[in-house]
Amino acid sequence: MAEITVELVSVERMLWAGQASIVTAQTTEGEIGVLPDHEPLLGQLVENGVVTIQPIDGEKLIAGVSGGFLSVSKEKVTILADFAVWANEVDTASAEADLNSDDELAKARAEAGLRAVRRSSEGL
Amino acid sequence: MATIRELRDRIRSVNSTKKITKAQELIATSRITKAQGRVAAAAPYAEEIQRVLERLASASSLDHPMLREREGGKRAAVLVVTSDRGMAGGYNHNVLKKAAELEKLLAESGYEVVRYVTGKKGVDYYKFRAEDVAGAWTGFSQDPDWAATHNVRRHLIDGFTASSEGEAAWREGLNLSEGQDIQGFDQVHVVYTEFISMLTQNPVVHQLLPVEPVIEDEIFEKGEDLLSSSGDVEPDYEFEPDADTLLEALLPQYVSRRLFSIFLEAAAAESASRRNAMKSATDNASELVKDLSRVANQARQAQITQEITEIVGGAGALADSGESD
Repeated sequence: MAEITVELVSVERMLWAGQASIVTAQTTEGEIGVLPDHEPLLGQLVENGVVTIQPIDGEKLIAGVSGGFLSVSKEKVTILADFAVWANEVDTASAEADLNSDDELAKARAEAGLRAVRRSSEGL
Repeated sequence: MATIRELRDRIRSVNSTKKITKAQELIATSRITKAQGRVAAAAPYAEEIQRVLERLASASSLDHPMLREREGGKRAAVLVVTSDRGMAGGYNHNVLKKAAELEKLLAESGYEVVRYVTGKKGVDYYKFRAEDVAGAWTGFSQDPDWAATHNVRRHLIDGFTASSEGEAAWREGLNLSEGQDIQGFDQVHVVYTEFISMLTQNPVVHQLLPVEPVIEDEIFEKGEDLLSSSGDVEPDYEFEPDADTLLEALLPQYVSRRLFSIFLEAAAAESASRRNAMKSATDNASELVKDLSRVANQARQAQITQEITEIVGGAGALADSGESD
């Protein structure tokens, strides 16, 4: 099966890099799926959206991403993010509590995390 | 001359100081490695956003306030990046001196300077001199992370976007209280310390906003290449949303990251500077102990010699008196 190189990069570090068969992301224009040999594309992701990556080996990865950009070039797909969290690492209870916090940063993170959790429970 | 007891006391105290500076040196050394690791970890993002911007630049009109020098700008923000702790040699002093130079220069060209400070040392410096500081943030000079530097980064960008006519939103760290008018500014400069090597760190001024474009001369290859295209032409990019909107969203992000990388670099420079300062302090202490031991030994020998002389003299005197009996 054809594959693409995918990188999920946050400001502070590289979160994930590897081969995948499909990547989906939510740009401000709508949800987009990127398969191998996609045409070059630059997109802005919605605030606190969800990104999924289907690696060629292993389980599907679902991440909540805030302040992100999607860049598809001939060689690879890069998702740039201010902050990203994996769905299975989100502490749902504390995230729900953060949702009402005054700290806009904590709130955004909680929202991104919860969306990722919701998405992974839907099993899409 | 000092007595032996005094000398020994001094040697003991210098030795314990040396232990402290040595420990500081070791800590600073490990922190440099950590700081450099952090810089390296942030590199993939930096490279990618640079690449993305370059692509965008060729597709959009490049007409964005962050890329334009503002006509008739009145206020300029200066962010001074200092450390939270001292014992770093001339690190803070150099930055503060550079900042003073910049402020003078800006004032001469008719700008009103708005000063922002990060790092406890800088805050104390201006407080002691009773100079105005518009905002101060502390606590992350040695390990800046994205969340901790959030308020500084947002405020500088908001303030610039608002311009000197507008007002920026209140954030934690500003000296004005919530609800007061927070005037924006037309330029943002950052004074920080550049990490050149383990031994060299330089205070530098960087103009953060408006972004100074780097104009690279394009090299046109003449001849056949113009006609027979190289074959490896990058295809056109699709933009979602359109290029100009995307640029608008990306530029603040780019500037924000640039500022973050400045904090990362300053952290590395701070540790390197501290290591150097502590290393020379340790060396000086070793030297001092050596000198003091020499003096102490001399004093000890003099004492012994004197004792012997006294004994010999005493014995001689006794023998003399015995003979006369």
